[in-house]
Amino acid sequence: MAHAHSHDHDFHHEQGSELSEMQLRTRAIETILLEKGYIEQAAIDELIETYEKKIGPRNGAQVVAKAWVDPKFRKWLLEDGTAAIGSLGFGGRSGNHLVALENTPSLHNMVVCTLCSCYPWAVLGLPPLWYKSAPYRSRAVADPRGVLKDFGIELPKDTEIRVWDSTAELRYMVVPMRPAGTEGWSEEKLAELVTRDSMIGTGFPKSPKDLK
Amino acid sequence: MNGGQDIGGMDGFGPVQPEPNEPVFHSQWEKRAFALTLAAGVAGGWNIDMSRFARENRPPNEYLTMSYYQIWFAALEAMLKERALVSDDEIAVGQALKAPKPVSCILRADDVARVLYHGGPTERETKTKPAFKAGDRVRAKMMNPVTHTRLPRYVRGHLGTIDRVIGCHVFPDSNAAGAGENPQWLYTVRFDGGELWGADADPSVTVSVDAWEPYLLPA
Amino acid sequence: MAYDQHDHDRFELSETQLRVRALETVLTEKGYVDPAALDLLIETYETKVGPRNGARVVAKAWTDPPYRARLFKEATSAIAELGYAGRQGEHIVALENTPKRHNMVVCTLCSCYPWPVLGLPPVWYKSAPYRSRAVADPRGVLKDFGITLPKDTEIRVWDSTSEIRYLVVPMRPPGTEGWNEDKLAELVTRDSMIGAGLPKSPKDVK
Repeated sequence: MAHAHSHDHDFHHEQGSELSEMQLRTRAIETILLEKGYIEQAAIDELIETYEKKIGPRNGAQVVAKAWVDPKFRKWLLEDGTAAIGSLGFGGRSGNHLVALENTPSLHNMVVCTLCSCYPWAVLGLPPLWYKSAPYRSRAVADPRGVLKDFGIELPKDTEIRVWDSTAELRYMVVPMRPAGTEGWSEEKLAELVTRDSMIGTGFPKSPKDLK
Repeated sequence: MNGGQDIGGMDGFGPVQPEPNEPVFHSQWEKRAFALTLAAGVAGGWNIDMSRFARENRPPNEYLTMSYYQIWFAALEAMLKERALVSDDEIAVGQALKAPKPVSCILRADDVARVLYHGGPTERETKTKPAFKAGDRVRAKMMNPVTHTRLPRYVRGHLGTIDRVIGCHVFPDSNAAGAGENPQWLYTVRFDGGELWGADADPSVTVSVDAWEPYLLPA
Repeated sequence: MAYDQHDHDRFELSETQLRVRALETVLTEKGYVDPAALDLLIETYETKVGPRNGARVVAKAWTDPPYRARLFKEATSAIAELGYAGRQGEHIVALENTPKRHNMVVCTLCSCYPWPVLGLPPVWYKSAPYRSRAVADPRGVLKDFGITLPKDTEIRVWDSTSEIRYLVVPMRPPGTEGWNEDKLAELVTRDSMIGAGLPKSPKDVK
């Protein structure tokens, strides 16, 4: 009987032996699907290229930077995320129903998908492993302050924390607060401060001194 | 804790698979693990609620893929190490490397029959009166302790009926945490299948749990 | 993929075997356990305490109405009359199956089971499929055991969350009039005392 996982003595999955089994199986499936004409090689390659290189958190950083400098865009973003983000050329798969969440001094937003890994691909690319894994998925809804601690963050006791469990097709992105000391900065320069984690709600943007 | 052990109502495990003519133990090591757990419990001085917590207290993916006695054995190791009675390096070489700590009692062969026959009754005297009586409607609390509890998730927040007032018994939530026996009134609470599982549930099914008073609110 | 304890167990075996042996050695060397006590514990549950005990309780309940009454009033003492008592059976409640009501016992959270009358629980009782489904779909579980009850039979599932231990008293099979307790006890299966089975019928015991 084939086992989907190896049997390391510590009951953890041993990366080495698991990898080769998965490599073989993926290669086998890909070959069969190609041979049967169900998929096209070039399309597979393009999909990988798109999400490895073309779509990523730099998209979301652009959105946030624009919201920081342009009050009309900010208002539009918070009222109709899909349209506002779409106007910058970002959208499509996992970006059809985007909602922007505004962090304020009294309110901190955090996004999770407890049931799987729903994530706003259009603005953030593919989710990191920690976002898709059990520790974050299980604890974000029960103990968000504990999770923030894992990220080295402690918020004031009276900050409201809103956790958003992405159970439908709505995808959430957090608009963090603009760091102090960035008056007059260009959108491009501001975008460099916006981290991926700050748009999930598990981090803050960088501060000007981090950018030396 | 909301761990891998709290699986009432969880899906995906497949059919129940009884083994015909199943032996009591499936291997030599299982027998030893079983006996060691019972005997070391006497020396180690932990209570059954602590044992149960030690078994549950691991990542759910491990709990759900370890066999029954693997879990028992892992919990035994953890409890012994917690109390500095054995260490990892001793287990690694299979030899005592440090002098034993004094323990108040060990289980001798001559004690076995008597100790097993006596067991560990949990009913305790009390001067308090039970808050509920048979027939009362109660609501299981919404509570999510990270420590040991015996209120399964599938009943929390649900409305049930007191089936029976059982008596005053050691309270596992306290006992497992080393906070003393703290005996509480214990009840059998019965829930309609529909209450637990929804409108599509089998109307002929009811489910009961035995719940201590701190788990319950008047409905 | 159906969850299979035993396949998984085979792979982990040698490491666990070694650790168990190692721990036993360490505990013995330190004087924390007595090897003779260990052997006796194993022998007790391998050979002395088992479902034959519960079968005797049930057979007596079938033939002795005052005993039956005592059993349902206060099972722990009624069972102790037959010499069965102790660990994991300090507080037993007997559950009566009737034509209208079928009882089923589970421990969703671990494996609580009435040792003095049934011995140690079988692997299926302790495993995820039973623990997860008994409370949600008892009829589905009974189907896994080849049993279909009438739609209007009430099914009471008892989740053993405390130290109370439950023993199902199945209904006496028809065609056993005049049978003595010993012969009746042969019909009482372990599964029928958990509520995952029914007793054998006279023709099964030819």
